[in-house]
Amino acid sequence: MQLVRRWLRMATAPALVACVAMPARAQGRPAPVNAATIVQQGNGHGAPACIACHGPQLLGNAAGGFPRIAGQNADYIQAQLAALANGTRKNAVMLPVASSLSAAERQALAAYISALPVPAALPTSVDSGVSAASAAALSHGERLATRGDWPRGLPGCDQCHGPGGIGVGAAFPPLAGQPALYITNQLAAWQQKTRAGGPLDLMAAIANRMTPADVAAAAAYYAAQPPRPAPHAARATPAGSRP
Amino acid sequence: MKTGSAIALAVAVGVATGVLSHRFTRAHTASPATPAAAPAHAPAAFSPPPDSAMPNDEFGKMVRLGRQIFRHTGQYAPRYTGNSLTCENCHIDGGRLAHSAPLWAAYVSYPAYRSKNGHVNTFQERMQGCFRFSMNGKAPPLGDSALVALESYAYWLATGAGVNTKLDGRGYPALPRPAQAPDYARGGQVFAQRCALCHGTDGQGQRAADAQVFPPLWGPNSYNWGAGMAGIDKAAGFIKANMPLGLGGTLSDQEAWDVAMFVDGHERPQDPRFAGSVEQTRQRYHDSANSNYGKTVNGVLLGAHAVPAGGSTRNAPPPR
Repeated sequence: MQLVRRWLRMATAPALVACVAMPARAQGRPAPVNAATIVQQGNGHGAPACIACHGPQLLGNAAGGFPRIAGQNADYIQAQLAALANGTRKNAVMLPVASSLSAAERQALAAYISALPVPAALPTSVDSGVSAASAAALSHGERLATRGDWPRGLPGCDQCHGPGGIGVGAAFPPLAGQPALYITNQLAAWQQKTRAGGPLDLMAAIANRMTPADVAAAAAYYAAQPPRPAPHAARATPAGSRP
Repeated sequence: MKTGSAIALAVAVGVATGVLSHRFTRAHTASPATPAAAPAHAPAAFSPPPDSAMPNDEFGKMVRLGRQIFRHTGQYAPRYTGNSLTCENCHIDGGRLAHSAPLWAAYVSYPAYRSKNGHVNTFQERMQGCFRFSMNGKAPPLGDSALVALESYAYWLATGAGVNTKLDGRGYPALPRPAQAPDYARGGQVFAQRCALCHGTDGQGQRAADAQVFPPLWGPNSYNWGAGMAGIDKAAGFIKANMPLGLGGTLSDQEAWDVAMFVDGHERPQDPRFAGSVEQTRQRYHDSANSNYGKTVNGVLLGAHAVPAGGSTRNAPPPR
């Protein structure tokens, strides 16, 4: 199959150059990339289908520790694909994948994947790994997430990743609804210096202040959070006595 | 790369000089892991009680309300809050963190004479100033439930602290004057490299969903010209001890002064004590090297283009 595809590509390449690529090149534009096809089927020269690991809707795979990427910030996706390809974020699975994507393919994938819908709740097949966490760990995780542990120099995760860990801008990705194993692996990667510390080396500094219990608790807590902000909670009762 | 190694160096220096917090040392010995030290300050002698120790009674309810106002100010005290800041933006960890103007140290320092208004202030009057200036809003009347709640929270955090004592970790650290005069252009470079990630290149912070995650540092949604943080020395001390969030203590003193000069070198809401003209207001309230009000910075006469003080509280319906 692989051979046939390769042969077909070789056989049709000159014709394509003649019919399609020439005008595109003349205008300085590369041939268009179909991101949806890459997601579903791979790019045909080294990158397999994204859905093979990240799940049919790219909502992640808890058992494998593969992250949800649907709805992820486009600039963040591009930055991570670049880091995975150049090895500043070391990952044996993603290295060959990211390396075989062209710059245009990365850009198109980032735009396409970032626009995919994020459901209010993850399918049960995705959010496993949560039930194993103890109530005590979840409670410790909630505290780390919302308050941090400042005497140990730990900000609350939400202070940068947004309320409920929904993610903020291009630099602070969502934690909500990510597989616990994925979060654990990333914190371990920063501790072991196999993932560059990111902007300001912030995550390297923070991960290195976390104990194994902190890591497990934060991961379990965020894995259990809905990936989209909950509908507005009951309004606060404002203070202020009426004169 | 350069930034990364600068942080690594600063952290290394912090460890070498032994500035490990007492609490951290304890956590460290109790855990099999070897987490790296936070770039912490000298240990504060006082520790407030944990939230889990809040009493479950009528007083505890008021303490909890105080904590909510402190952390979600616009949501819980909307009648008095004119901008999108919260108390916690400048008093980190819900007012618990040493060197971040902790509430427990403030509580035991009042009543006190303040040169800012020339008389002895109670703790509630001091907090009225926070709402009027830092929150660019309106002072709650003395005895208002917002002030009672915040006072209860501060009082409870100060459990066991001595009245009228100067506790270690109070206020923000006073930085020695820098070798070079604070400079707007150098500060702008520090801002771009170390602050814009969270606060945005335009200084307006970042929002997610309904929440202001990173606060705006200038412009109509920030603190007004009368706020303590509009003083370059105060801002420099806060920044040095606490910024970037989670990396406190990593900027040099010079960088902290320069970036404070930059942040406080932008227009923000008018000083609510406005005395008829920018010049007179400077003379009366800002006659100091630590204020840029009434000075021309980066080609702008600061104070001359300020939006009126009060922010969203200006449009609020009158009290019923």
